[in-house]
Order: sequence, then C-alpha cells, then structure tokens
Amino acid sequence: MNTWLGLDPILAVGAVILLAILAYAVLGGADFGGGIWDLLATGPRREQHRLAIAKAMGPVWEANHVWIIFILVILFTVFPPAFKSLSIAFFGLFHFVLVGIVLRGAAFVFRANAETTSPSWRLWTQIFGAASLITPFLLGMAVGAVSGGGIRVSPAGVVTINAAQTWFSPVTIGIGLLTVALSAYLAAVYLTVETRGEMQEDFRKRSLWAGSVMFALAAILLPLIPTGSPHLWEHMASPLSAPPMVLGVLLAIVSALSVYRRNYGLARFAAVAQVLVILGGWAFGHWPYIIYPDVTAYNSATAIPAIRFLLNTLPFGLALLIPALWLLFKVFKGEHPQAETK
Amino acid sequence: MSNLDAARFQMAYSLFFHMMFAALGVGMPLLMVIAEGLYLRTRKDTYRRLAKTWAKATGLLFAIGAVSGTALSFELGLLWPSFMEFAGSAIGPAFTLEGYAFFLEAIFLGLYLYGWDRLSPRGHWLTGVGIAFSGAMSSVLVTATNAWMQNPVGVETLVNDPANVDPWNMLFFGNSTWPLMAIHSTIATLAAVGFAVAGVYAWQMLKGKRDEIRKHGLTIAMAVGTIAAITMPLTGDLSAKVLAKNQPAKFAAMEALFETRKGAPLLVGGVPNVETGEISYGIEIPYALSFLAHGDFTSEVMGLDQVPRDQWANVPLVHYSFQIMVGAGVVMMLVGLYYAWLRWKRPDQILQSRRLHWILLLSSPLGYLALQTGWIVSEVGRQPWIVWEVMTTASAVTPSPGLMTSVIGFTTLYTLLAVVLVFLLRRLRHVQ
Ligand code: HDD
Ligand code: HEM
Ligand code: HEM
Repeated sequence: MNTWLGLDPILAVGAVILLAILAYAVLGGADFGGGIWDLLATGPRREQHRLAIAKAMGPVWEANHVWIIFILVILFTVFPPAFKSLSIAFFGLFHFVLVGIVLRGAAFVFRANAETTSPSWRLWTQIFGAASLITPFLLGMAVGAVSGGGIRVSPAGVVTINAAQTWFSPVTIGIGLLTVALSAYLAAVYLTVETRGEMQEDFRKRSLWAGSVMFALAAILLPLIPTGSPHLWEHMASPLSAPPMVLGVLLAIVSALSVYRRNYGLARFAAVAQVLVILGGWAFGHWPYIIYPDVTAYNSATAIPAIRFLLNTLPFGLALLIPALWLLFKVFKGEHPQAETK
Repeated sequence: MSNLDAARFQMAYSLFFHMMFAALGVGMPLLMVIAEGLYLRTRKDTYRRLAKTWAKATGLLFAIGAVSGTALSFELGLLWPSFMEFAGSAIGPAFTLEGYAFFLEAIFLGLYLYGWDRLSPRGHWLTGVGIAFSGAMSSVLVTATNAWMQNPVGVETLVNDPANVDPWNMLFFGNSTWPLMAIHSTIATLAAVGFAVAGVYAWQMLKGKRDEIRKHGLTIAMAVGTIAAITMPLTGDLSAKVLAKNQPAKFAAMEALFETRKGAPLLVGGVPNVETGEISYGIEIPYALSFLAHGDFTSEVMGLDQVPRDQWANVPLVHYSFQIMVGAGVVMMLVGLYYAWLRWKRPDQILQSRRLHWILLLSSPLGYLALQTGWIVSEVGRQPWIVWEVMTTASAVTPSPGLMTSVIGFTTLYTLLAVVLVFLLRRLRHVQ
C-alpha cells in the first residue's frame, strides 16, 4: 500500500473521520441537548430558558451541523462500498434522521419570528424539541447497530439485517439513550457557563439530573455489552483499554463534582473531555470495522488517488476553517456570552 | 410506482426544493453586501435597514437551504446506493472541497446575522462578503459533481486502473463541461434572485408604497439581475456548444432534432411527436442550429436517429424545458436592458412608472422558471443515464422497500415547509 507522509493513508482518513465525529458530538450534540431542554423546560422561568437556549444556539448551530455532512462526504469518497451498505441498511433510520434534521432546523428558525405567547411559538417549540430528542437517539442507535454484528454484508454486497440483534437489541437502544443523555448533559453544562443568577442555578440542577441519568444508563449498559456487542467487549476487556476507561470515569466524576461545586468552567472542560474519551474509546474498539463484522475500512477503501486528494487538501481547508471557527466562537462564546447583549 | 420512478421523483423534488433556497443562498448575501457597503459609504440609514431586512429573510431561508442540502447528501446514498459505490470516489473530491465552502458560509452567516453589535461595521461587512463568496464557491464546486455525471472524464481509468485516476483532471481542469456549467448556473442564481426580489418591490410600488427604501431595494436587485441576465445568453450559447460536443444525444433531444442534418435549422417552439419524428407548430430558422452548435452554418448536427431508441430522453419534456429557459432568458435580458435604459435616461421613472412595475412584477418569476427548467434540460436530458453512457439510472436505484412512504413523507414535509415559509415571509416588514 502507498503511504501518505509516511503514514497509512487509510488510518489517517480514519483519524480525520474520528475528529469530525468528536467535533460533531461536542458541538452538534450540545445543540441537540439544547433542544431537549427546550422541550423539557418547566417552571416559572420556562420561556426565559427557551430564549437563553435559542440565543446560545443561534449563531453557531448551522456551523456545528456541517460536521455531519463532512463525515458523510468523507465516508462516500473514501469508503464507497461501506457508504452503499450503510445507506441500504439504514434506509429507514436515516430517513427518520433526515426528517428530524429538517424539522428541527425549520422549527428553530420559524419560531425565532414568533411571540413567546403565541400558539405558533408553542407548536414550533414542540416540534423543535421532539426532533432534538429523537434525532440523537437515532444517531446513537446507528452507532450501536454498526458494532452489534446484526448487519451482514455478503461479498456481493447484499445487505441483510437481523432485526432483533440490530434495532431491538438492548445495547443499540441503550447507546441511543446514552447519546440523548450525553447531549442533554453537555448542553446543560454549557448553559451554566453562559447564564447567570437563577437561570444558572436552574441549569446546574438540570446538569445534575442529566448526569445522574447518564451514570445510571452507563451502569445498565455495561453488563449488556458482553452479550449484545461481543466485539466491543473484546476490546474493552483488553488491558490496553483500561487506562482510557478509567480516565473516562474519572472525567465524568470530575465534571459532575464541578457542577455540584459550581465550578462551571472546569465542569465544561471535563464534560467535553469525557465525551471525547468515551467516543474515542468506542472508535478504537470498533476500528478497523465500519460495519462489524463484514465491512472494514481496509476492505472498502477506494484506490489511493481520492484518499490522497482528501488528505492533501485537508490542511488548506483547515487553514481556512480553523481561524473562521475561532472567530465565531470568540465572538459569541467568549466571557459572559449572554450578559451584555440586548 | 416502481422503485425507480419513486426514487427519481423524490430526487427531483428534493433538488427543486433545495435549488429554490440554494439560489437565494448565493444571491441574497450579494444583495446584502451591496446594501451594507452602500451604507458604509453614504451613511444613509435606508441602506442599513435594507441590509438588515434582507438578512432577516436570509436567516430564515438559509436554514431551510442548509437542512434540505443535508437531506440531499443522505439521499444520494439512500436512493442511489450503487451509483455512490461506483462514483463516490470520483465525485467525492468535489463534495469535499464544497464542504469547506459550506462550513465557511455557515460560519460567516452566524457572524453576520448575530454580529451587528459585536463586530466593527467594516468587520461585519467583511463577514457578509465571506458569505457571498463562499456561497458562490459552493455552487461552483457542486456543479463539478454534476458535470462529471454529464461528462465522466477518466471513467476508463476509474474502472480499469483506479490507482492512477486524477481527481483534479476528472472533475475540474480536464472536464470541459464543468467551467461553463459552473459559470452559467452560478450566474443563473443571481439572475433568478435579482428578478425575484425586484418583483417584490415592484408589487409594493404598484400598491402605492413608493418610498426611498423600496426604491433602493429595487435598484440594487435590478442592478444584479440585469447584469446577470445580460450574460445568460452568452454563457448559455457556450454551454450549448460544449453540450453538442460532449452529449450530442442530449443536444438532439433538447432541440427535438430527429434527423442528422448538415446545415440544420433551429427550431423555435414546436410540438415534437416521438412516434413519427415529426414536429408541428414550430418555426424553423434555416442553418441556425448548425451555427449555434458548431459555429459553422453548414456543419452536421447529430440527430436522434443516431441514438438507439431505448436511449432517448423524454424528448418533449426536454425540448419544452429548453424553450422555456431560452424564452425566459431572452425576455429577462430585454427587461434588464429596458430597465437600464430607463434608469439612465429618466431615473425619476423608477419610482413612478407603473408600466415598469408591471413589467418587473410579471417577469419576476422568470429567473426561477429558467433555473428549474434549465436543470430539467440537464438532468432529464441525461436520462436514461445517471453517469453519461456509463451507468443507467435504473441500475443505480436502491433495492430497499418502502420508497413510496418516503416519497409521500418528503413531498408532504417540503410542501408544508414551503407554505409556512411563504406565510412567514409575507409578514416580514422592513426593519427600523
Ligand atoms: C436564470 C436562469 C437561466 C437563464 C436565463 C438561462 N439559463 Fe441556461 N441553464 C440554467 C439557467 C438559465 C441552469 C438551470 O442553471 C442550467 C442547468 C444546468 C446548468 O449548468 O445550468 C442551464 C443549462 C443550460 C444548458 C444545458 C447545459 C447542460 O445540460 O449541460 C444550455 C445549452 C443552456 N442552459 C443554454 C441557455 C441559453 C442559450 C440561454 C439563453 C437565453 C439560457 N440558457 C438562459
Ligand atoms: C447546482 C446545484 C446546487 C447549488 C447551486 C447549491 C448551492 C448551495 C448553497 C448556496 C448552499 C448554502 C445553503 C443555502 O444557501 O441555503 C447549499 C447548502 C447545501 N447543499 Fe447545495 N447546492 C446544489 C446542489 C446540491 C446537491 C446535489 C447536494 C448534495 C447532494 C447539495 C448539498 C448541500 C448541503 C449538504 C448543504 C448544507 C450546507 C450547510 O449546512 O450549510 N447541494 N447548497
Ligand atoms: C449539482 C449537483 C447535482 C447532482 C450531483 C445531481 C444528481 C442527481 C442524481 C444522482 C439524480 C438521480 C439519477 C437520475 O435520475 O439520473 C438526479 C436526477 C434529477 N435531478 Fe439532479 N443533481 C444535481 C443538481 C440538480 C438540480 C439543481 C436540479 C433541479 C433544480 C436537478 C434536477 C433533477 C431532476 C429533475 C432529476 C430527475 C431526472 C429524471 O429521473 O428524469 N438536479 N440528479
């Protein structure tokens, strides 16, 4: 195999996809989470919560969302047969994801023009919230399904799905729920940093709730993995993966404790790190598979030129992207982002 | 409906829907940037209000464009998995570059829409320039994917010797379809948006609202619309010449030319009968087609008789669509020239002339009409091929059951969104 800057080019693409998935999880995930809190908003400051969430998401959600397009494009450019199999296997699931993505974006901007007391505000709020809840659940299920072994692809490319092992497997559903909880947790923690006073206390409480649900789900999910997803378990049980797992648990504890002690800056940092470690751990366990057990990155990779194209143009793309993203986040997510605006 | 028909319908409907907003995503930022730039120079408050109002509308429309585009990226695989398996690595590089353009566009849009009070006036204007530029780049880059489907340069290498394909050559520099497609279709979005926006102001003027802000709005929109409309026949003519070379079968369908002829006439209007190969009600301009196709009045133009019958596109649909695009293009050019003449000779008439306002109102949908019919020429004219003379659309369609459900679901969803949008846009007022 050819190399790229002395590296295995397929591994390099895998790393790029992983980075994009991580970015989508901590940025796009929090946008989904914002929608979940929007849906669950209760209490006297309900509409204030919604406005704070809208204000936090407004400038960034469209950019955060491009990561998933990026993942998709890299997937079909470098691993076309895998993309084909995924498109067939997830024909229904992806259609629902699309409806979720379309409705969510539309409801969010439609609502921005309504009065908080109008019926249209209520309608768009419900649609926005419901779509924000369901979409990450489905995406989480997709992650569970590709590691579960229930999707088989014959050498001729025929896709067959064992529904019990895929859609109805407790592990798949559990990973879906965990994705929802993680998104909600991230959003609540971010919002503690962005708000002040009573609102901040409200989001502190919500972070603690979401954190507890997350711990509970993880505790239920863990014993199911050896039977539900033996291939992931094999990896988790190896001594090499002990340190990242311990690190992930530690970070989760640090972030929850920091929320409890109102050290929100640290909480945000640890929450992000925790998501990176959890997803990174999953990715290392899953690699080199794209769809376990039949499709790997190596048996579905295209010929070298498209891979080289992608990797060679990446630095130029990032040279444009990173300063622009930096500016976006500096302008809207600097100190006290919601304190001074009118 | 068969899976194939259902998938074609869903793809076409999604693309039409996306195109409505994508065109605005290219055109509106340019209008905003011009208005805000004029504000920075003249400090006239009406320009600032225009830019802000347009930004408000764009915020709404852009979001729908972005989510419908995301849907399209999934649909390429969901509806045409075998096409993506075959062509993913060929067209992927263009989508990758386009991804960066999307990213920048979304980032600059966030800065622009929410940054009025947080950026310096110049800095804010520059983020607008960033949106306009990356929007145009999105369009220029994404057409490379379509150009490759029309003119699959390097496909033999892709199949036989994949280690030696050259993506830059296949998609961009070695593909003669791309540059013209990129230019013609990107400028088309500006023509469509310019005329559509001008129509809104003309309508309001007809209702008696003749004030400074509407006059500026109309002027900026028509400046963009006119310049774009005047160039359309030029780039369209060049596109036709490339088409005659790269896809003679499509060219024949578009012109409804059943017989191969030397010194072929250009058909204006006309109802083609596919069974008999005859045309009724058309006007023929002698020798013009040969000239348009190859720059020589006596040259030979290939007709449908040289294309196997089962490889004909839908001739009437492609022919009518082409006639509509060209007709609309010619009218738009004339309207643009009339407007420019009026503005030069009698500028006071811009606010006063009811005739001008009626003309602009009636021609305001023409740009969009030409945009969508032009894409019908390109895409329906490509049939039965998904990749020209390499892979048929029928062989690319998904085997998954349940397509009908998704067709009905998406059609309903998009239609509802469009209705709500129209409702919301009608309530939009100029920002103070
Ligand atoms: C405002 C929109 C608009 C206007 C006024 C015109 N066009 Fe157009 N045309 C398009 C919008 C468009 C388009 C929708 O953008 C297409 C579809 C594919 C493409 O690249 O551009 C297109 C395609 C297209 C093609 C086919 C290219 C292909 O299939 O590869 C030809 C030959 C022309 N045009 C020719 C013309 C001529 C001779 C015009 C004279 C007035 C004209 N167009 C006006
Ligand atoms: C000639 C045809 C096309 C043009 C001119 C075009 C242009 C654009 C533009 C300007 C945008 C920015 C959003 C907006 O303005 O509303 C956009 C969004 C998008 N388009 Fe298209 N597009 C075209 C076809 C396609 C196709 C065929 C696909 C995919 C298969 C696609 C995928 C996307 C995606 C994923 C986005 C969302 C980007 C974001 O989130 O910001 N587009 N398109
Ligand atoms: C630039 C990017 C574009 C890409 C990559 C693209 C790709 C495709 C694909 C894969 C199909 C389905 C296969 C087929 O029917 O041959 C298709 C069909 C179609 N597309 Fe495009 N398309 C693009 C732009 C557009 C635009 C902007 C429009 C219209 C506004 C459009 C209109 C259609 C129509 C009407 C069909 C159905 C043709 C038929 O089946 O008869 N396309 N396109």
